[in-house]
Amino acid sequence: MIPASFDYVAPTTVEEALAALAQYGDEAKIIAGGQSLLPVLRMRLNAPEWVIDLGRIDSLKGVRDEGDSILVGAMTRHCDVATDPLVAEHAALVARATATVADEQVRHRGTFGGALAHADPAGDLGAPALALDAEFVIAGPAGERVVPGAEFFQGLFETAVSEDELLIGVRIPKHTGWTAHYEKFVRVAHQWPICAVGATLKVSGGVIEGAAIGLTNMGSTPLRAAGVEQALVGQHATEEVVRSAAALAADGADPPSDLNGDADYRRHLVTVLTRRAITKALGG
Amino acid sequence: MARISMRVDGMKVTDDVEPRTLLVQYLREGLGKTGTVIGCDTSNCGACTVHLDGDSVKSCNVLAVQADGCEVTTIEGLADTVESDLHPVQEAFRECHGLQCGFCTPGMIMQSVDLLKRNPQPSEDEIREGIEGNLCRCTGYHNIVRAVQHAAGTEVNAL
Repeated sequence: MIPASFDYVAPTTVEEALAALAQYGDEAKIIAGGQSLLPVLRMRLNAPEWVIDLGRIDSLKGVRDEGDSILVGAMTRHCDVATDPLVAEHAALVARATATVADEQVRHRGTFGGALAHADPAGDLGAPALALDAEFVIAGPAGERVVPGAEFFQGLFETAVSEDELLIGVRIPKHTGWTAHYEKFVRVAHQWPICAVGATLKVSGGVIEGAAIGLTNMGSTPLRAAGVEQALVGQHATEEVVRSAAALAADGADPPSDLNGDADYRRHLVTVLTRRAITKALGG
Repeated sequence: MARISMRVDGMKVTDDVEPRTLLVQYLREGLGKTGTVIGCDTSNCGACTVHLDGDSVKSCNVLAVQADGCEVTTIEGLADTVESDLHPVQEAFRECHGLQCGFCTPGMIMQSVDLLKRNPQPSEDEIREGIEGNLCRCTGYHNIVRAVQHAAGTEVNAL
């Protein structure tokens, strides 16, 4: 299967990329790593006139320390995020989740920003980004703006990034010393999760001081399990506390029904995965 | 058309291609590198795996224009032909009969070489996870895993 014909441009700066977007408008698609877009083009589910490749914009690659937060460049590859020392130290949940994306070959091409801007509800990175209060840095004709996770994800494959804008980076507040685990339930190796839960915790003297829980594929956007978080914070990290908190995981979720399972199945599954994710984040 | 230049299996090539040309298509149809095969054509099976600047990628999921300026290694260029006809991992697949119909083999070997570069002594679990992006429709995984263990020099359980 071969994509329909398109013209191709590979800008080397964000300004050039924005200019290309302004020129070609809705006839253009952005390609980051291409691991989601190329299958779509090959199956001819989309046939843009222009493809704008961000792969030559070096300023969008890599992770930077910004004091209270780290900035992950949109074009940083999954394999580089998963092994980055700043991510490991300050956003362990992102490192854990990224290491589970698809397979090694895909992680060698796919990018952090590309996956988030694609906004697949079954994608692994949205829930961890949301749980860690990430901010999304978007560049457009009027300059840069910053959007919180709750506003960034707007629906199925839909984000706050407009047609004439680019996601250029994701700023993640440092969660130094927080332990993390991403618990993912897949039917087949290297596939998207039926449901997954990211849990990251700050524990001091046996007491849970901070908890952030993100849910993957439990609605049309990534979700945060606020009820679980509230039930954990301030409590001693006991099995019973974890169990009763995890039971609240499906509250407010609106999971899809599909061939892999109906909504009720996912509502049950998410409580089990939440318990496991928290337990493993606690070191159990 | 777009002008691209890259080094493929040590040889410098320059061509004009349509931007929609997939890397695997360019390798096979443009350069005659038919050792790299197209399996599923949906970026699932990994049969078309090659190395792009030293990292394994599914060449059906990369545009040839994206590989402009890069170094590409295919199964055909893996062996050091002065020293031997086969790369040690190819030799291990032959030794352990790490194949049945053989269609997935080029991709399995390219991914295994990538895995062993990052983790020279992988456990059996690490091998299975490391090649999770490669499917063997004969389900011949057992000997494939043994072949990777053999290439790594780690203990191989007798059949």
